[in-house]
Amino acid sequence: MANDAVASTVDETRMGSIVNDWSGDKQAFQVPWGKAMMWIFLLSDTFIFSCFLVGYMHVRISSSIPWPNPSEVFALSFGGEPIPLILIAIMTFILITSSGTMAMAVNFGYRRDKTKTVALMFATALLGASFVAMQAFEWTKLIVEEGVRPWGNPMGAPQFGSSFFMITGFHGAHVSAGVIYLTIIANRVRRGDYDKKGNYETVEIAGLYWHFVDLVWVFIFAFFYLW
Amino acid sequence: MSAAEGQQHPISIYLWIWGLLFVLSACSYLVDYLQFEGYLRWSLILIFMFLKAGFIIAIFMHMLWERMALITVILLPPILILFLIWFMVDEGTYTFLTREIMFSAPDFVPETPSHH
Repeated sequence: MANDAVASTVDETRMGSIVNDWSGDKQAFQVPWGKAMMWIFLLSDTFIFSCFLVGYMHVRISSSIPWPNPSEVFALSFGGEPIPLILIAIMTFILITSSGTMAMAVNFGYRRDKTKTVALMFATALLGASFVAMQAFEWTKLIVEEGVRPWGNPMGAPQFGSSFFMITGFHGAHVSAGVIYLTIIANRVRRGDYDKKGNYETVEIAGLYWHFVDLVWVFIFAFFYLW
Repeated sequence: MSAAEGQQHPISIYLWIWGLLFVLSACSYLVDYLQFEGYLRWSLILIFMFLKAGFIIAIFMHMLWERMALITVILLPPILILFLIWFMVDEGTYTFLTREIMFSAPDFVPETPSHH
């Protein structure tokens, strides 16, 4: 009671609200606990991927042997002249599209439109699966045709392989896990679990994970493939 | 009941951001396709990257509509990574210079890489 009186005297502006939320004896985050926990998990995952990318940056800076040119390494030819980085560009567009469908799935979830939520979630999972398939193709091409290994490659600095396999491998594992995660949640939506429970916040939490996977790819695309 | 629940925004905002992310991705791809070099290339890569990341976090992940307590807890800690980047750039440059000096010495015999 006394607490409420104190809280109401502090202004509810953007910065005033932070004082209100942290000032003792009450819940700090005004969101469902699952959502807060997903955010905390994503924060820790941010540090993992940051360590990978910073490690990659370090070996690339310190290498006295020239770094292989990703633009040429990841070029793909469809009969004619090789188009630089084309597969990676397609993978980028696929992942962004899947983020768009996921964002709309969350929205339709909160509107209680079960059919559209399920359809959009399955579409997201399908796009994710096709992303992983393209990555498998890319890995196969690099290992079998280009002879890239974690300890060396014919194109230049030997650290190229280890950086590539570690960063894209870890990201691919995240996408694969996301596909399974989304499929499970979409199935629960279809079954009507969240109508019974009375809310669709689980869909938004799954969405957070999926957007994060897309977010990480933005950084990998910029630093590993384009730089 | 349902009106007060969760994040409610018009569908059009997601379609707009989706389109915008497409355009930004196309722009970053063009940086490579048009073979921009040096500082122009690096700054364009970073600009498009941060714009894309910003829109994904703010709109798709709804960060724009969260309360300040959550926003600060999620967005402030990653700033510390800047220190790690700084240290590792410093360290990496040192290693590179050391290698340049060592490997270019006249009596330097490169170690034959062993087969794995």
